[in-house]
Amino acid sequence: MNAASTTAASAIPQARFDGKPIALLAALALGALPLIGSPSTWVTLTVAGLAMGLIVFIIASGLTLVFGLMDVLNFGHGVFIAVGAFVATSVMGGMAGWTMSPQLLPNLGAIFVAMLAAMTVAGAIGFAFERVIVRPVYGQHLKQILITMGGMIVGEEIIKVVWGPQQIPLPLPESLRGAFLFAVFGDTAAIEKYRVLAVAIGLVVFGAMLWVLGRTKVGLLVRAGVQDREMVESLGYRIERLFIAVFVVGSALAGLGGVLWGLYQQSVVPQIGAQVNVLIFIVIIIGGLGSTLGCFVGALMVGLLANYSGFLAPKVALFSNIGLMVAVLLWRPQGLYPVTNR
Amino acid sequence: MSDALLTLQGVHTHIGAYHILHGVDLEVPAGEVTMLLGRNGAGKSTTLRTIMGLWRASQGRIAFKGRALQAMRTPDIAQTGIGYVPETMGIFSDLTVKENLLLAARQARRAADLDAQRLEWIFGLFPALKKFWLFPAGKLSGGQKQMLAIARAIVEPRALLLIDEPSKGLAPAIVNNLIAALRELKSQAATILLVEQNFQMARALGDSVAVMDDGRVVHRGRMQALAEDETLQQRLLGLSLAVHQ
Repeated sequence: MNAASTTAASAIPQARFDGKPIALLAALALGALPLIGSPSTWVTLTVAGLAMGLIVFIIASGLTLVFGLMDVLNFGHGVFIAVGAFVATSVMGGMAGWTMSPQLLPNLGAIFVAMLAAMTVAGAIGFAFERVIVRPVYGQHLKQILITMGGMIVGEEIIKVVWGPQQIPLPLPESLRGAFLFAVFGDTAAIEKYRVLAVAIGLVVFGAMLWVLGRTKVGLLVRAGVQDREMVESLGYRIERLFIAVFVVGSALAGLGGVLWGLYQQSVVPQIGAQVNVLIFIVIIIGGLGSTLGCFVGALMVGLLANYSGFLAPKVALFSNIGLMVAVLLWRPQGLYPVTNR
Repeated sequence: MSDALLTLQGVHTHIGAYHILHGVDLEVPAGEVTMLLGRNGAGKSTTLRTIMGLWRASQGRIAFKGRALQAMRTPDIAQTGIGYVPETMGIFSDLTVKENLLLAARQARRAADLDAQRLEWIFGLFPALKKFWLFPAGKLSGGQKQMLAIARAIVEPRALLLIDEPSKGLAPAIVNNLIAALRELKSQAATILLVEQNFQMARALGDSVAVMDDGRVVHRGRMQALAEDETLQQRLLGLSLAVHQ
């Protein structure tokens, strides 16, 4: 007998999904339309915002799980972003034949190899970072902040030693330059080709995370560990191994995000991690510490708002994310999707 | 008395600067329900947490089926066959009832892998769990959460169950349901170490009893003997248990 099907069929109540944060996201996007005025410009800004948001989500998703699972404040997360971006400059620089090709396939191949290399290197560094820097300070938040920030400073200096202190260009491969042009209500909207790719990669990562977290036993353990790691251990699971795995995956995702962010900016500096760090902490606080869905919705909000406000009021754009965080926390003090038991 | 499945000898536990357990000696006979009674702060919950390795024993020996537990880590202790229901219930609120049970079944990778016969037995004990199978555990009532916590501990066979104050904060009708379910467990020859303040429950379920005070076991014997001796109750617990009726 299939226990699950029997019981599921006879279940009476179903939990209601909390759709308010997603409705807020849609309201933010639609509310910007009359302010921007031009539907074509709105489409351009919206896709740009979604691309930025999805890259930020890729970077922040590992950090929010690490915090949720082991209560570790890793201010050194930015170093994995920087490592990923710099590895991409080396890999794609060494594959000039592929990146300069006018054909799409070699271009995508170069990006894919760069992403793979960045994830591998960032994941390996993440493993060492957890063992050497984070492990001795479990449960000690102040020390975690100090030592992980210190780790990021050391990481930045090592990057300067390896790649030099100067800005390194990371140009887009040939066929990903430029934009798709199409008509919207008689006007022409432009969507940069690379942003479409970033959106696609972001959605694939989000889908993969949802599948792992929602459909696998490992994902179940991660979700349970975020809520009550002591109970997970009491059920007979070694959560420390799970934490190392999540830390490594989170670092690898930050490396992947670094590649995408570097290509988004088309240049890389050793401080790239520190620059993005503030943004990702805003995202995980908005989303609810430890919440993957919250991180996703929060990242999209941040991306959209940054693009809309950058167009409507460039001076306000600098503070728009802080304003968003304040507004969200006034509405839901524990974030959009608070993790229970925390 | 049957052979002891779990034995504590001179167990001391420190939590930070505080010395909580002062040499606990305890035996849990196989196939019996052993009640652990005592006033608030006597060290009952700390004893269970120390057995599970959630707090380290600073001194003494804890043996389960003859195997020393005191140096083992919590997951390894759980894997020896001990199920634990903490005072806080430890329910994963954002997970559904199904997911909570699936997590507790270490051998199952998906819900279809759960032992269907055992699951039906659990649904017989706690029908609400079947009704709310796909419901987030955080939305259940207090009594339903407690049922889920116990169900989680028995979703796979365990040699020993440690249950910490299951009746705490529950309405009398729900407590009666819990008693009935635990009686059913008892009839299956389960070995249970049960911390409880509710005397009605203690008397209904207990075979043997240990009373704790100030971090020590100050009395061990048969539950029935304690239930019948009001003077002993006054001396050990500071009040007649009749007031808990």
